[in-house]
Amino acid sequence: MPRLSVWFIRAALAYLLVGFTWGALMLANIGLRFFPQAWWLLPSHVEFLLAGWLVQLAFGTAFWILPRFMRRPFHGNEKLGWAAFFCLNLGILTTAASDLTNGTALLAAGRTAEVLGAALFAWSVWQRVKPYGG
Amino acid sequence: MPFLTRLFIKTSLIYLLLALLASWLLSMQAAGLIPVGLPGLFPVTVHLFVLGWVTQLIFGVVYWMFPKYTREKPRGSSFLAWLTYGSLNLGLALRTVGEPLHAARPAALSGWLLAGAALLLWLSGATFLANTWQRVRER
Repeated sequence: MPRLSVWFIRAALAYLLVGFTWGALMLANIGLRFFPQAWWLLPSHVEFLLAGWLVQLAFGTAFWILPRFMRRPFHGNEKLGWAAFFCLNLGILTTAASDLTNGTALLAAGRTAEVLGAALFAWSVWQRVKPYGG
Repeated sequence: MPFLTRLFIKTSLIYLLLALLASWLLSMQAAGLIPVGLPGLFPVTVHLFVLGWVTQLIFGVVYWMFPKYTREKPRGSSFLAWLTYGSLNLGLALRTVGEPLHAARPAALSGWLLAGAALLLWLSGATFLANTWQRVRER
């Protein structure tokens, strides 16, 4: 597994745990009413589990298993992939922070970084969507 | 394909059907074709789909396809993997029953049912992470 995939997938696992923790707090609070501010966690719960866990796991796995090139660099332009990793994670964290603080400028910045991250990732793997050995 | 992966995937397919059935019930409710209200059904539907179907399918495929942990224990701890499966499905089942019950008529029993579901679902994520982390590595 290439190093970039390790980072994408381990980050996805970390977001999975945080997202599940937020979800568990909210669900337990519905039943026991011990944490009145629990609903503030809902937007970041969704952000962590959709973008942090699912999207990032898909990116990491795709970078690992898509057909490689016959010559170096086998995985294509890894710098683009790393830029995608940093943009996506900056976007997720900024968006989550905006959800907790109601900051619309932060939200716009976070979503911009996420779009940029997705575009960079698509660019980095575009040529690898090909027949094996092609 | 390991037995536990088959179990994860087949269970996820059942949850997909349940999620679509719950979504159908919501549409019937919205159209006024079901006379009684079904409170708490929307969050249950979302979680049947996202946890029961998508996440469970991923857990099963990751357990099967990710790089081997060691030659002796290629898929890490089978105890942790079974604990993931058990806590995810028991937690989701408790939530599916408890959330509509609690929304319709809040009571101590349904409240504790939801707290138990929350703990079990959190445990499923934590055990999955613990068993998968070391299998995600460079080669």
